[in-house]
Amino acid sequence: MLNAVATFLLIGLGGLVTSHEAGMSVPDWPTSYGYNMFALPIKFWTGGAFFEHTHRLLASVVGFLTTILAVWLCLKEPRKWMAWLGIAAFLLVVAQGILGGMRVRLQMASLGIFHGAVAQTFLVLVCAIALFTSRWWQNSETEKQIPVPRGLRKHILYVTILIFIQLLIAATMRHQHAGLAISDFPLAHGKIWPDTSAAAIASYNAQRIEVNGENPITAFQVNLQMIHRLVAYTIFLGVAAAAFLSLKKLGGRDALAKFAFFWLALLTLQIVLGAATIWTNKAADIATLHVMVGALALLTGALWWLVAARRTRLAA
Amino acid sequence: MKKLLLLLSLGIFSALQPARAGDITGVITLKGVPPAEKDITPLKDDATCGALYDTMPTTHFYVVSPQGELADVVVSLKDVTGKSTGASAPPAVLDQKGCVYLPSILAIQTGQKLIVKNSDPCVHNVHTSPTANPEVNEVQMPGGADLTFTFDKPEPFLKFRCDVHPWMFAWVTVVDSPYFAVTGKDGKFTIKNVPPGKYTLEAAHRKLGAQTANIEVTDSGATQNFTFEVK
Repeated sequence: MLNAVATFLLIGLGGLVTSHEAGMSVPDWPTSYGYNMFALPIKFWTGGAFFEHTHRLLASVVGFLTTILAVWLCLKEPRKWMAWLGIAAFLLVVAQGILGGMRVRLQMASLGIFHGAVAQTFLVLVCAIALFTSRWWQNSETEKQIPVPRGLRKHILYVTILIFIQLLIAATMRHQHAGLAISDFPLAHGKIWPDTSAAAIASYNAQRIEVNGENPITAFQVNLQMIHRLVAYTIFLGVAAAAFLSLKKLGGRDALAKFAFFWLALLTLQIVLGAATIWTNKAADIATLHVMVGALALLTGALWWLVAARRTRLAA
Repeated sequence: MKKLLLLLSLGIFSALQPARAGDITGVITLKGVPPAEKDITPLKDDATCGALYDTMPTTHFYVVSPQGELADVVVSLKDVTGKSTGASAPPAVLDQKGCVYLPSILAIQTGQKLIVKNSDPCVHNVHTSPTANPEVNEVQMPGGADLTFTFDKPEPFLKFRCDVHPWMFAWVTVVDSPYFAVTGKDGKFTIKNVPPGKYTLEAAHRKLGAQTANIEVTDSGATQNFTFEVK
C-alpha cells in the first residue's frame, strides 16, 4: 500500500517535471551535476532542477520499496503467481528507471512518452498487488458472491483500455513541449473544428506568446488535441454508461455500483481539470492534477474489472 | 619583351584590384498590431533570478519601433552554401545574464565558434534543440568556464534553452556563408561585401515566418525592404 501511494505521488512529481519543462534540467544520469545523486548539495535544488532531482530521489524510494515487495512476495507469499507479479513489478521499476535515465542521456523526448506510459502500467500493477495481498481480498474468498454480468465487465474493460490509450495520447501531447496547441475551450481556435491549413497554423503561431515551452505548434499537434478531446467525451459517456448499468444490474447498495459512480465523479473532475488546463494556459499545478486524476481514472477501471472478474469466478 | 611586360603589368593590376562586391541594405517593417507580450512571472518568482529585477520582466518576441520597424529579423542569402568563413571568423557570444539569454536572436556561420557565458549567480544548463546538428545539454555553474559550441550544418532558429529556468530561450540561426545580418531596433540591416550576381534574399522572423525576394547585387550593392504582417 505504501508502495502504491509512493508510486502515485511519483507520477504526480513526474507530471510536475514535464509541466515545468524541467526534464532535461539535470543533464547527467545517474549522477546529478556530477555529484552522487543522493549527495547533491541543496543549493542546486532550484528551479526545474528541484522537480527533476526530487523526482529521481522519490523514484529511488519506489525502486527500493518495490525490491522489498518483490523479495517479500517471493519468500513469504504462498500463492506462486503473486511471486511472479512481484518479480514483474521489480523488472518494470528497473526498466522504468533506466528508461528515465536514457531519456536524459540520449536526449530523446519521445522516450518520455514511454516513461509516462510505463508509469501508469506500474501503478496499476502495484495497486493490483496491494489489492491481492489485502486482508479483504483474502478473507472474502469464502463469502457468497454476486456475479457481475459479462457484458458489464467487458464494457468496463473496454473503457479502461480506452483510458490507457487516452493517457498515451496525453503523454504524446505533453512531450511535444509546445505549450497549448489549442488555447480555447470548448471551441478550438474559435471554431467547432479548427482550421489546420498552413496559413492558419502560421497565424496561430504568430499570435501565441508562451513564457515556457515555446516550440511552434503544428497541424499534427492541433489535431492531436482535438482527438484527445473527442476521446475524453467518449470515455465520459462510457463511464457514465458503466455507472448506470452497474446501478441497474447490481443495485444501488452494491460496492461495485458505488465504485462505478466514484469513477464517474473522477471523470467529471477530469473533464473540468482538462478545461482548466486550457483556461489557465496550462498552469503547471492544474496540468499535473489532470495527469494524476487521469492515472486514478485508469486505476479505478482496472481495479473495478479485477474485483468483478473475481466475484464472478467465486460465484460460479 | 614590351608585350610581355604589358601583359605582366595587366596581370598584376587585375590581381591587385579589390574583388568587386556590394552591400545589401534594407528595412524590415511590421504591419498590424502584434499580440501583447507576457510577464515572465516564474522568473520574478524565482528566489535567485527574481532578485536581479526590480520590475517584472516580459517576453520580447516582437520588438517593434513606434514607426513599425521590426528588430530580430534574420536576413540572409538563401541557397548560398559552402561559402562559410566561420572557422576564421571571430567567435560570437551568447550570455546568460539576469536569467535570460542575451541576445535572444543571433546568427552565426557554420564552423564559427559560439561562446556561451554564465554571468548569473546561479546554475544553468545550456541545452540545444537542433533539427540538423547534434543536440547538446551541458551544465554551467555560476562563475563556471565558458562553453564553446560550433555547428557544422546550417539551420534556422536553432533553439538554446535552460531547463532549470524554462523561460530562458535564445534562437541561433546557422548560415553556411558570411552573407547575413540581424535587424536592429531601427529595423535596418546591412549584408556587407556580397559579390555581384542574382540571389534570393530571405528575411525570417521567429514568430512571423520567412519571406523571400529575388535581387540583383551590383558593384553599388542592392536595396531590398520587407514588410511582415500580423494576421
